[in-house]
Amino acid sequence: MITVELVKLLRRPRTWISVVLTCALPFVVAVFITVTHLVPPPGQGSAFLSAVLQDGALYPAAALALVLPVFLPVAVAVVAGDSIAGEATGGTLRYLLVRPVGRTRLLVAKLVSVIVYVLLTVLAVTFTAYATGVFLLGPSQAAAVGQSPGGGVAGAGGRAAVGGLAGQAPTAGQAAGGAATSLSGAPLSLLQLTERIAGAIAFITVSMLGVAAIALFLSTITDSALGSALGALAALVASEVLVTLNAATVVQPYLPTRYWLAWIDFFRQPVFWRDIQRGFGIQAVYVVVFLAAAWANFSTKDITA
Amino acid sequence: MITTRALTKRYGAITAVRSVDLDVRDGDRYGLLGPNGSGKTTLVRMLLGLVYATGGEIEVLGRRMPRHAREVLPQIGALIEEPAAYPHLSGRANLTLLDAAGPRVPGGRAVRRTRRQRVDEALEQVGLAGVGRRPVRAYSLGMRQRLGLAAALIRRPRLLILDEPGNGLDPRGIRDLRELLTGLNEAGVTVFLSSHLLAEVEQLCTRVGVLDEGRLVLQDDLAALRAPTGRIVLDTPDADQVAALLDGQVEQRDGQQLLVRHDDAAALNARLVGAGLRVSSIGPQQRTLEEIVLSVTGAGSDQVS
Repeated sequence: MITVELVKLLRRPRTWISVVLTCALPFVVAVFITVTHLVPPPGQGSAFLSAVLQDGALYPAAALALVLPVFLPVAVAVVAGDSIAGEATGGTLRYLLVRPVGRTRLLVAKLVSVIVYVLLTVLAVTFTAYATGVFLLGPSQAAAVGQSPGGGVAGAGGRAAVGGLAGQAPTAGQAAGGAATSLSGAPLSLLQLTERIAGAIAFITVSMLGVAAIALFLSTITDSALGSALGALAALVASEVLVTLNAATVVQPYLPTRYWLAWIDFFRQPVFWRDIQRGFGIQAVYVVVFLAAAWANFSTKDITA
Repeated sequence: MITTRALTKRYGAITAVRSVDLDVRDGDRYGLLGPNGSGKTTLVRMLLGLVYATGGEIEVLGRRMPRHAREVLPQIGALIEEPAAYPHLSGRANLTLLDAAGPRVPGGRAVRRTRRQRVDEALEQVGLAGVGRRPVRAYSLGMRQRLGLAAALIRRPRLLILDEPGNGLDPRGIRDLRELLTGLNEAGVTVFLSSHLLAEVEQLCTRVGVLDEGRLVLQDDLAALRAPTGRIVLDTPDADQVAALLDGQVEQRDGQQLLVRHDDAAALNARLVGAGLRVSSIGPQQRTLEEIVLSVTGAGSDQVS
């Protein structure tokens, strides 16, 4: 059944259109930056964006930071919200169930296909952003410092400007031998960088599972794919509002978006694990709770659509 | 093949199916009739485990449903209200996916090996062999209905449960359907279908059940229901003389048509002709299915009475 769901996911035009659109946003941003050489000052704007003029290879991180707050969760909510409700509206749900496909199996297969979709999107963003960064914004390493248009302004010290985001003092001139500089200023080898990007990709994928589980649960309640996607997005927006509200400090550790930005901690030296672990933990709780609720509702539901 | 005892379904205050004792025997071509809203679809969905009964028992192919759905459903081909398919995929791709979505069964490898052949065969059976590669989006209503039938046939079922199989078919399509179902039935497949088209059921079925306001008000072999009533219908231009000759036996007279209490049409004909009276047509009176159904049902849910 999982194979069938994956085939359905991959053969659906919507999947590829949404992936392309998600990749297009960082590309458009890169084009504007290349043309204007204007980036947000360190510590402001989207994470990593202030550093990409000095090091195009950092652009995947900047791109992930761009798509994470809105594009990715919207796409996930739409795909997961459509998963059961869309089949119900299209009438295919009843034919799947009398095949028979067990209701629990169907839910699990849907969740797996959403995970694959997120992974696919994140990987696509990472690779296209790397290509964009290297070709448009210039390659990293010493060459970048000397040749890229921004290099003259900031030089090696400018690369560590991302450190401003972490609130730590930039340490200049350590980048010479490394493939990139960590947020803490220490150099990262290529292997380390690859490991950390893989970690960040895994973390971002897991970060989306909470939304996915909420949307999947709503998808079993209503036959409207739009309704369940919007419901999940409403939960997200509420969470994002509460995360920034001082008065809501009590509930903040339990909000699904609270640790969304913790993937940035993969780029510190050493990796700052506390928030990453909590992020994994809170997503696991949301997945378990909402998947259980989806299962409880769906397995006893009369299928009248 | 299908037995239910006191099967009941309530939706809140509404009772959709009331204490139905259905009895479909091996080899039957069973037609379930009833006005719109009489509970046909709810009943069919309960047989297939899509809707859970409020009370009563269901046995399909000798096993309890929905408890043994995993063993029972693979032997059933079903069409539930409208057919449904993924519109961006071809008819063939839809059937292949649906077949692959089934449960893991012993000898699953054999199921996979024969998939292509079974899909081809099903498309051939419903007359879609030539258009199986076109996307379903481009199918007409009748073609979708045929595809839905093909989907019911790919597992070579022992029992077909078809809800309104004639919907959307043109007269030729209806005839094709009748020939297909009769042929399958002769090959040993039991056919259970629901319909509100009396003519369709009258021409196709060997046994009928009539549902009215959720109650099974009639269930019998069609031949028994349509047994001669012991009266002869005859048409004659010499109606007055015939009435005079058969005085006392004529129950009803309507212009040239007479209803005569008698059980041998040939003998009656010989007697009239012998008396020099002309006979345009003569034959035993049979109640039509329409009369039978209307005599036991009230107004449908879509009529305000």
